[in-house]
Amino acid sequence: MEGRWTRVVLVLWVLGVLLFLFVPIATIVIFAFDRSNVQSWPIRDFTTHWFTVAWDDPAVRSALWLSLKAGVAATVLALALGSAAAFGVHRFRFFGREAVSLFLVLPIALPGIITGLALRSFFTFGGINLSIVTIIIGHTTFCIVVIYNNVIARLRRTSGSLGEASMDLGAHGLQTFRYVTLPTLATALVSGALLAFALSFDEVIVTTFTAGAQTTLPIWIFGAIRLGQQLPEVNVVVTAVLVLTLIPVALATKLTGGGGVTRSTVRS
Amino acid sequence: MTGVARLSAALWRRAWLRAALTLSPPLAWFLVIYLASLVVMLVTAFWTVNPFTNNLQHQLSLTNFAALFDAPIPAIIARTVLIAALVTITDAVIALPFAYFMARVATPRVRNALFVAVLLPLWASYLARVYAWIVILTQDGTLDWTTQHLGLGSPNIAYTNLAMGIVFCYIWLPFMILPIYGAFERIPDSYFEASADLGARNPRTLRSVVLPLVLPGVVAGSIFTFSLTLGDFITPLLIGSGSGTNLIGNVIYDNIGLANNLPFAAALAVVPIVIMIFYLLGARALGAFEAM
Repeated sequence: MEGRWTRVVLVLWVLGVLLFLFVPIATIVIFAFDRSNVQSWPIRDFTTHWFTVAWDDPAVRSALWLSLKAGVAATVLALALGSAAAFGVHRFRFFGREAVSLFLVLPIALPGIITGLALRSFFTFGGINLSIVTIIIGHTTFCIVVIYNNVIARLRRTSGSLGEASMDLGAHGLQTFRYVTLPTLATALVSGALLAFALSFDEVIVTTFTAGAQTTLPIWIFGAIRLGQQLPEVNVVVTAVLVLTLIPVALATKLTGGGGVTRSTVRS
Repeated sequence: MTGVARLSAALWRRAWLRAALTLSPPLAWFLVIYLASLVVMLVTAFWTVNPFTNNLQHQLSLTNFAALFDAPIPAIIARTVLIAALVTITDAVIALPFAYFMARVATPRVRNALFVAVLLPLWASYLARVYAWIVILTQDGTLDWTTQHLGLGSPNIAYTNLAMGIVFCYIWLPFMILPIYGAFERIPDSYFEASADLGARNPRTLRSVVLPLVLPGVVAGSIFTFSLTLGDFITPLLIGSGSGTNLIGNVIYDNIGLANNLPFAAALAVVPIVIMIFYLLGARALGAFEAM
């Protein structure tokens, strides 16, 4: 319906938005290769020196290790709890069924600071010391919905007759689960797990409230930026986190065709 | 029958048992940890901190809620809501033409590419994206360099409310684009034809047909842009300059760390919760939940 000029304006608008979205990300990546100690533009000398410095920094290393451990543990827990919730809601009719989806999405629909502060109040009240365990509890809570959304979207698209056919052919429940249900769900589970890991690996708001003296990689970055110290290392670490969050997301998009990746899918 | 088969047959006959077994772990997690946490936080808001021992006093009082009306808290709440509203409106204005192009002008290939181009920044490290703007906006940063070479002088906007606004617009923009794109995509082509057949020109069609149908998508996106701005403390701490740029989020954060006043932080956290409850009720009335 649009005329030629409208089209030209629209194309320019889209290009402008794309620049707005990607110029900052590109800037960060370029600065990671800046040789200078003091950041200034334009960059005079390029180097990969700071990657080595960051990799050899024990603080960065232990933060990375903690983030990986917390991310994997939260993903595994969320995988079990999120897919159980999806199965339950999909298979059974019960009182309050509609409320479950809404309830599960709360930790990411409410501002992260609410989830963080609530958990912090809870741990303080219960006399639970902040540790990697409390970090994992926090991450699991907001990762469950990611798995849940992915799995329930897949369950809704698969026909229930597959399972019935398997039972008719003499398979018992566990065999049906192993040979029919699991294969149809496999890519949804993998993509959900990748997204949950990406979410956990980069999370800083809830983690600030649930970590005690422990430093995850995002918390290390946050502290270093606030102090304005080690900025060449920050450039490198931030670029690495950028890449490490984008790889799982790119894989997940490929696996599900983008369906489960929109983050805002309350009812997909 | 083997044991496993007998067990699975027994489970098959008792649907309620299977329902209970699959649903109770996730629901228990949410009830025992998440819901209990929210309740404890709300109760904590009524407690106080003993000024001498720094211990929590478990006696109910309204002290913290009264303190919400003491300066500078009302101004901070007003600033937070104003910035959240301006960010939401700006993002909607940026997103509408973009989403329209994605849904109705672009070829399928371009549309897929644009979809990925919106998804990647959405998931790309949040801290990395905030930090990028420090590098851009700071004195002698890339923006300064660019404007100076264009003969425009230096804008000098780092560490201001404007800088925070720009960063919020940037990090939440994908949350606005996706639901609006979905809303545009759901409008049947025949609606455009019918509107034209009835004699409406393009501006009229846009105003009377397209906008009302896209509005739920805009409201759905605004839930995220608004709510995320209300609770953010990273951006005001990194891009703001202190007292003149304080938002609800970083005041809550300060009360956890330096000021060590968990009850006051909890009382202040009730403010965004109440605002979001009203916002969500309004959004539901406008049909935004169907557009998510």
